[in-house]
Amino acid sequence: MTHHSPHIPDVEGDRLEVLYEDKKPPYGDAEAIAEANRCLYCVDAPCIKACPTAIDIPTFIRKIGTGNVKGAARTILSQNLLGKSCGQVCPVEVLCAGACVYNDWNRDPIKIGRLQRHAVETALAEDPQLFKPKAPTGKRIALVGAGPASVAAAGWLALEGHEVAIYEKKLLPGGLNTLGIAPYKMKVEEALQEITWVLSLGNIELYQGVEIVPVSGSPEEVSASALLQQYDAVFLGLGLGPDSRLKIPGEDGGGVVGATHLIERLKADPTLRFKGVDRVIVVGGGNTAVDIAHELALLGIETTMVYRGGDHEMSAYEHELASGRVDGMRVLCERSPVAVLRDNMGKVTGVRVIRTEDKKPVAGTEEDLRADLVVVAVGQSRMTEVARSFEGVELDTRGRVIVDPKTYRTGNPKVWSAGDCVNGGKEVVNAVAEAKIAVTSMHAFLMGTEKGVGA
Amino acid sequence: MADLSIDFAGIKSPNPFWLASAPPTNTGDQVMRAFDAGWGGAVWKTLGNPIVNVSSRFGGIDYGNTRMMGLNNIELITDRPLEVNLREIREVKRRYPNHAVITSLMVETKEEWKEIIQRAEEAGADGHELNFGCPHGMCERGMGSAVSSEPKVLREIASWAVEFATKPVIVKLSPNVTDIVEPGEAVLESRAHGISLINTIKSIMAIDLDRMVPLPRVGNASTNGGYCGPAVKPVALHMVGELTRHPYIAKLPISGIGGISNWRDAAEFIALGCTSVQVCTAVMHYGYRIVEDMIEGLSDFLDSKGMKSVLELRGRAAPQYKNWGELDLGYRVVADISTDKCIGCQLCYVACMDGAHQCIHLPGRTEEQARKAGHTHIPKIIPDRAVTAKGGTPGGRVPFVDEEECIGCNLCQLVCPVSGCITMKEVPSGKPSETWNDRVQRGADFVPGGLHATEIERAKRSS
Repeated sequence: MTHHSPHIPDVEGDRLEVLYEDKKPPYGDAEAIAEANRCLYCVDAPCIKACPTAIDIPTFIRKIGTGNVKGAARTILSQNLLGKSCGQVCPVEVLCAGACVYNDWNRDPIKIGRLQRHAVETALAEDPQLFKPKAPTGKRIALVGAGPASVAAAGWLALEGHEVAIYEKKLLPGGLNTLGIAPYKMKVEEALQEITWVLSLGNIELYQGVEIVPVSGSPEEVSASALLQQYDAVFLGLGLGPDSRLKIPGEDGGGVVGATHLIERLKADPTLRFKGVDRVIVVGGGNTAVDIAHELALLGIETTMVYRGGDHEMSAYEHELASGRVDGMRVLCERSPVAVLRDNMGKVTGVRVIRTEDKKPVAGTEEDLRADLVVVAVGQSRMTEVARSFEGVELDTRGRVIVDPKTYRTGNPKVWSAGDCVNGGKEVVNAVAEAKIAVTSMHAFLMGTEKGVGA
Repeated sequence: MADLSIDFAGIKSPNPFWLASAPPTNTGDQVMRAFDAGWGGAVWKTLGNPIVNVSSRFGGIDYGNTRMMGLNNIELITDRPLEVNLREIREVKRRYPNHAVITSLMVETKEEWKEIIQRAEEAGADGHELNFGCPHGMCERGMGSAVSSEPKVLREIASWAVEFATKPVIVKLSPNVTDIVEPGEAVLESRAHGISLINTIKSIMAIDLDRMVPLPRVGNASTNGGYCGPAVKPVALHMVGELTRHPYIAKLPISGIGGISNWRDAAEFIALGCTSVQVCTAVMHYGYRIVEDMIEGLSDFLDSKGMKSVLELRGRAAPQYKNWGELDLGYRVVADISTDKCIGCQLCYVACMDGAHQCIHLPGRTEEQARKAGHTHIPKIIPDRAVTAKGGTPGGRVPFVDEEECIGCNLCQLVCPVSGCITMKEVPSGKPSETWNDRVQRGADFVPGGLHATEIERAKRSS
């Protein structure tokens, strides 16, 4: 074990992330009260049904209105321990706010995400000890990966009195919540601050820079079998692996980079600069593609998304596409990359694309697009090796961990799993919702009870 | 976590939150659902001889986008057979022995009072509330608010109830009186065990201008109803304050009623001396679920003030309710507009210009323009500050308070849409700290500039 500390290392230097302004800055008290009083306090509310973690939204908003902000935070966090970051990063337009009854009346939906962030930030700044852990149970649980699923799971398990250890191979915990969120939504420090709060909820150790492997060969590695031996239960919050590749000529070498890798550097690597990069092509039509294209456009770089399907076929959210376009991002549909072009020095000069119809190339329609940098956002690989190193854990044909959907328990009765490694890549809020099901089942197993977790 | 449990003249309740006698306590099923939601007690919909009701029954008053700031009703007491109500009361008490079930009662004759009190007690009621408050319908038959307005009658009926009851008797007072202390003293004389107030206020909600009929409308006519809801809270607080500062009435436990919608309202009534509070309109609007915020908010508030029990809050504000003559004439506040929070709506300006003392100025005007607009006192410098709040009016200017002229009336703060933008700051007034009563005492209760007749009279007295 190299790191044994709830301490989170500071990120240093001028990271590009700091250049971005919050698109939804925190509410002041007056704004929050005015917005809260707009809420109708619906019954059987559609916003609750649209929230994967089923936060009682009208109740927490009413509590903001009555000045009971602490109670509002309790209502949020008892359903979703990462309620603060979810308030910032959730695609509320397609979840809670998208379901608000005001939409049907052509009035602005309630700004639920911003109210949620306000409530949690205000309450925790006043009193971080909103919840107290139960008496120690003597049970020990290991969590693999420190992404949103594991962090939420760790918090709930610690509140139940369990002894929890999180193993994270990176130096910064938080997974995509720390290193993958568009910087105009949430910054690294904000994500880390939330994790620090969750770690303070009970007996939680965070081991940073430690990798779980089939067979341990160095002090920075722990074997899966050792975890299964040393702990009463194991939670796999593995997330996704490195960016997938295009598998086209010219892709190897400098000037071609994976989207999540680039976002991570933009957020946390002080050495990253886009010197000499005037034009970027982003390949892909999903939310990661829109995120990086939008982020680069905001830096003043001419950025074009290239997608092989039609406009309406993109899996990216419409509101994200619209927002990116407002900030100058371009979108080129029905084009498929066939080669990355380089000059005789090997420097990237562009991408050769071919027109498509129904996502199939149309012969003889190649054209060359200029670019100094190519960003590949066509999905991420799966963490199959780590998952398979736990005996009994099985994967489906797409490399996702197979779980019982009622309990999120894997083929190994001591192992549960949730988040992107199970669902193939969804929102933070889905990871938290799944993690709650998993730890509820795990807790019942450990204690021989049917009672669930939750403050 | 602070202890919220109370003992109201012997009626024990897990918290001070009771449902008032009204539609939300009409049936056993409703009361049990309310207890499940967290309510500590319920005053049953008034029992008596069954009546006949009309349709429609409620009228509401909106203010801007706020629905039902006030509500009125012309519904009478329970329209269900007495035996059905009593059977359900018995069932509720069997299932919820630790919650308070109080029977609201309204009958006419001594014999009727004797019978209904005995039957309510047999059903398991923890106490009785004598409904001397309803200002519609029943008062025309000599019951309800008709009793509150006749202290002698009130005293007599309440004494019967005290005589017949083995459980505590609470008298519910009507606000439709000139001085609430009169019925309050009558309760004291009757030896009843507690007071609840206020019942509803006589009201006509609106007029249907097409039909030319007041609202709520029953066919081609209407009648006065009982007004309640958030809008009546100040009236209720005043009447509670009148009783809790009375040297003897204050010794009785008081159940505060009137516009209570959230924990803060409840805390205010308790701080003014109430032991329990009763809620109706907010539940009729939003359901039993509002009690969660009331319990949590009150408990957190008590914790934040270091109070271990809700009893420590009771009456904390009562001594500070005084007569005007006891207020400090040397105290002074002036308005302070936050330049960070102002959004540039200028509502404070117009309120001060037309409704107060013309001491708020719009920046960027010449002296001539300011005089033309109606200012008579022009400060030397009026800083021209741009609105900087997020979402503020582009190009907007922050109004300026001429502190020399500001009389500290609060009006600008009250009209400002941004909470926390205008605050009233204490400043030295240069005047001694003294009350009007002090001035009367030392013979300085004369302000020059009045009537000649007064001056002559005064000169005669002092010579």
